[in-house]
Amino acid sequence: MNNALANNTEIKGRSLWQDAWARLLRNKAALTAMVLLLIISVLVIAAPWLSPFEFDAIDWELISTPPSLENGHIFGTDSVGRDLFVRTLYGGRMSLMVGIIATLVSLLIGITWGATAGYVGGRVDGLMMRIVDILYAMPFMFFVILLMVFFGRNIYLIFIAIGAINWLDMARIVRGQTLTLKGKEYVEAAMACGVSTPRIILRHIVPNLLGIVVVYVTLTIPQVILVESFLSFLGLGVQEPATSWGALVNEGAQDMESAPWALLFPAGFLATTLFCFNFIGDGLRDALDPKDR
Amino acid sequence: MPLLEVNNLRTVFHTNDGEVYAVNDLSFSLEKGETLGVVGESGSGKSQLVLSIINLLASNGRTEGSIRFQGQELVGMKPKEINRIRGDRIGMIFQDPMTCLNPYLTVERQMTEVLMLHQGLDRSTARQRSIEMLDAVHIPDAANRLKRYPHEFSGGMRQRVMIAMALLCQPDLLIADEPTTALDVTVQAQIIHLMNELQQEFGMSIIMITHDLGVIAGISDNVMVMYGGRICEYAPVFELFQNPRHPYTAGLLKSVPRLDLAGSTQLHSIPGNPPNLLHLPVGCAFADRCEKRMDICTREQPPLQEVSPDHFNACHLESKNV
Amino acid sequence: MLRYSLKRLLGAVPTLLILMTLAFFMMRAAPGGPFDTEKTLPPEIQANLDKKYHLDESLVQQYGRYLWDLAHGDFGPSFQYKDYSVNELIATGFPVSLRLGLSAIAIALIIGVGLGTLAALRQNSATDYSVMTLAMTGISIPNFVLAPILILVFAVYLGWLPAGGWNGGAFKNTILPIIGLALPQIAYISRLMRGSMIEVLRSNPIRTARAKGLPERVVILRHALKPALLPVVSFLGPATAAVITGSVVIEQIFGIPGLGRYFVQGALNRDYTLVMGVVVFYGALIILFNFIVDLVYALLDPKVRYG
Repeated sequence: MNNALANNTEIKGRSLWQDAWARLLRNKAALTAMVLLLIISVLVIAAPWLSPFEFDAIDWELISTPPSLENGHIFGTDSVGRDLFVRTLYGGRMSLMVGIIATLVSLLIGITWGATAGYVGGRVDGLMMRIVDILYAMPFMFFVILLMVFFGRNIYLIFIAIGAINWLDMARIVRGQTLTLKGKEYVEAAMACGVSTPRIILRHIVPNLLGIVVVYVTLTIPQVILVESFLSFLGLGVQEPATSWGALVNEGAQDMESAPWALLFPAGFLATTLFCFNFIGDGLRDALDPKDR
Repeated sequence: MPLLEVNNLRTVFHTNDGEVYAVNDLSFSLEKGETLGVVGESGSGKSQLVLSIINLLASNGRTEGSIRFQGQELVGMKPKEINRIRGDRIGMIFQDPMTCLNPYLTVERQMTEVLMLHQGLDRSTARQRSIEMLDAVHIPDAANRLKRYPHEFSGGMRQRVMIAMALLCQPDLLIADEPTTALDVTVQAQIIHLMNELQQEFGMSIIMITHDLGVIAGISDNVMVMYGGRICEYAPVFELFQNPRHPYTAGLLKSVPRLDLAGSTQLHSIPGNPPNLLHLPVGCAFADRCEKRMDICTREQPPLQEVSPDHFNACHLESKNV
Repeated sequence: MLRYSLKRLLGAVPTLLILMTLAFFMMRAAPGGPFDTEKTLPPEIQANLDKKYHLDESLVQQYGRYLWDLAHGDFGPSFQYKDYSVNELIATGFPVSLRLGLSAIAIALIIGVGLGTLAALRQNSATDYSVMTLAMTGISIPNFVLAPILILVFAVYLGWLPAGGWNGGAFKNTILPIIGLALPQIAYISRLMRGSMIEVLRSNPIRTARAKGLPERVVILRHALKPALLPVVSFLGPATAAVITGSVVIEQIFGIPGLGRYFVQGALNRDYTLVMGVVVFYGALIILFNFIVDLVYALLDPKVRYG
């Protein structure tokens, strides 16, 4: 009897996160995506050491050559003879960096905004959420383009612009969660004990939002990568000689009939990365909220 | 021939953590015009029992054994055939009237569709009949109310609509799954009164599920007490209240507040929790919480035996007494 | 219902105002100001601009004038195309974009709802998995990657369809652009529809409908479809915005003379007035569409309609 009881407590002691992790590992699509994403990340980070070519080295002898092992250009070269393998990886650096930094920016704004609105409540909440509603109805991509046109094409501006427009969803989700959490006993207990508001938000509300935030982050990164690629594709994003996957796809699409590899390699990397993030995000959501099975 | 005859019914749910046995090897029968009360805590399998009868289990559930309704076997029946019985021969009322009506359709549409489907009535006759039925459940101004959407009704009124809807085709069996749990106490009493009245009028059999013994006393002929997906006691209502033989039934009865006794009596509660249906014990499911537990209780399943005429009990104490 | 519509319409006004204001002040805040660019403008445009923007007046006066003109639907002259006003450019480009956009939305709605429902009814079957894989593909492959690949396959290799151009709006020329625009939306809508349909099918009203003995077809079409469609209706607002945004690249890739293409050309040439005019125009359009979506939602949901 004692033994059974001990066993029982052990089962209950398994945390939500361990449980979710176990479920995530059972999800084959998510697991494959994680492995793929890890490989892509390693490739992208190690890019300078993986290829003998510089990403901006022009070789007029080898213009638009197809992939070949003999001359070392395993993804071929582009229309000015630069090595596509190393360019694809450098493009990935840019895309992933934009994705992560801009997501962090949106996370910071979104959590602060949403948690404050939800926690303070009342008129402040109404006003803050009304602002979110209004901003929500704005054509954001156009605003970012407008920014690029007016203020020049600047990589930091891209970070800020994308981050600043992506926080709305997060603010809404966090507010909703905060409202629910606020009713929970331990938060009420903390309030009754006179713990200060910012402290309650930081100590009790934010940690409990972690699950939904993790899901949101994995689903926002691909969105941001997409926005950046979109801008770069239009020629409004990253500027030469720096590059990103969107810019490479744009260059590749220019002469895809004669040199399809210049389109397909960066496009493949971009799509695979987006796939991976989306699968991991979906997997995480299922793992953290298993009621849907 | 009884109206409903259930034999060795087993309801199993397939989940990620394993098979969950909600109803285990359960048998009973119901006569025409009889009202059977089914009592038990949440998780005792009482809701899954009736959902098995009308084949409305969640998609991961399955039924084994036999359920004969008017001589027809319901287990394994084709959806098309069971649809001819549901809503026509068997009516069903659910627990939460606030969420059980379709909020996007008028009450009229939700009522007339039943009559048009099962009795082939045209729309205006169906509407007329629906009004009559709303009158029968005492909804004032029925003709006007019919055109409304569910959210324009109060909880008690919605439950009346549900009852009216279930009785439209004058079914032989009405299944009510905790029809009063979500309602105010005064409204509860009205609904129970209404159901008694309608039974007099239409003469159907009723299976009434509840965890409220007061409701049972007010409406049932016979009572079935369920625990861990099994019957632990089955008896006519007065017999059960006067002479409960299973320790669980006795515990339940003691946990009802009594107004007729002096205020100083302490309200009894049964310690412990309902059993985990994932890992049902080998022996009696109630053994862990039973005050009169014996060695045999954790080892062997007590058989359901007739201890006096029409009074059945599944407890090892019966064997000991003999 | 009328009160609800009015309330919603009034709610859209501040959004529109903020949109215009942001656009105006962003332009004014641009380094160096939009009007002293390094390149010298042709004299007729300079004259037009001076006249149009009353550059000698104070910022507030200019802002008021700008709002006043916008209220009259006057977007001013273009920087780049000296013989055209922004209004004329919108008038020539927008009908083309509208046709592509509406076709794409309609197709996405029909196919997305169909596929999503199918997947929900056959949950965890092979059909379900294929629909969901397809949807994930649609979400993960951006349309500016998809479109060149479509051209490569259907125009270059197979030679079935033209690789680009408008050709006066010939049907053949619209097929690939519409697919390029619709596919991501099909993906989103089918995922959304599957999720909401699964949820609705598990809900209490559906259990009641089944308990009434209604055939599955009636349960789904009469009882489940409407509530399951509501999230999709809500999604139409963002979907329109996404299609409009998508049209910018799609028109660029296929060389279609729509408003999106003018916009990109304008952005690349720093044609401030054109870019701003298009942003305000599309912004207003999206806000209008959101309003229509709200009304449709209210028509579907009696609680809002009578609430």
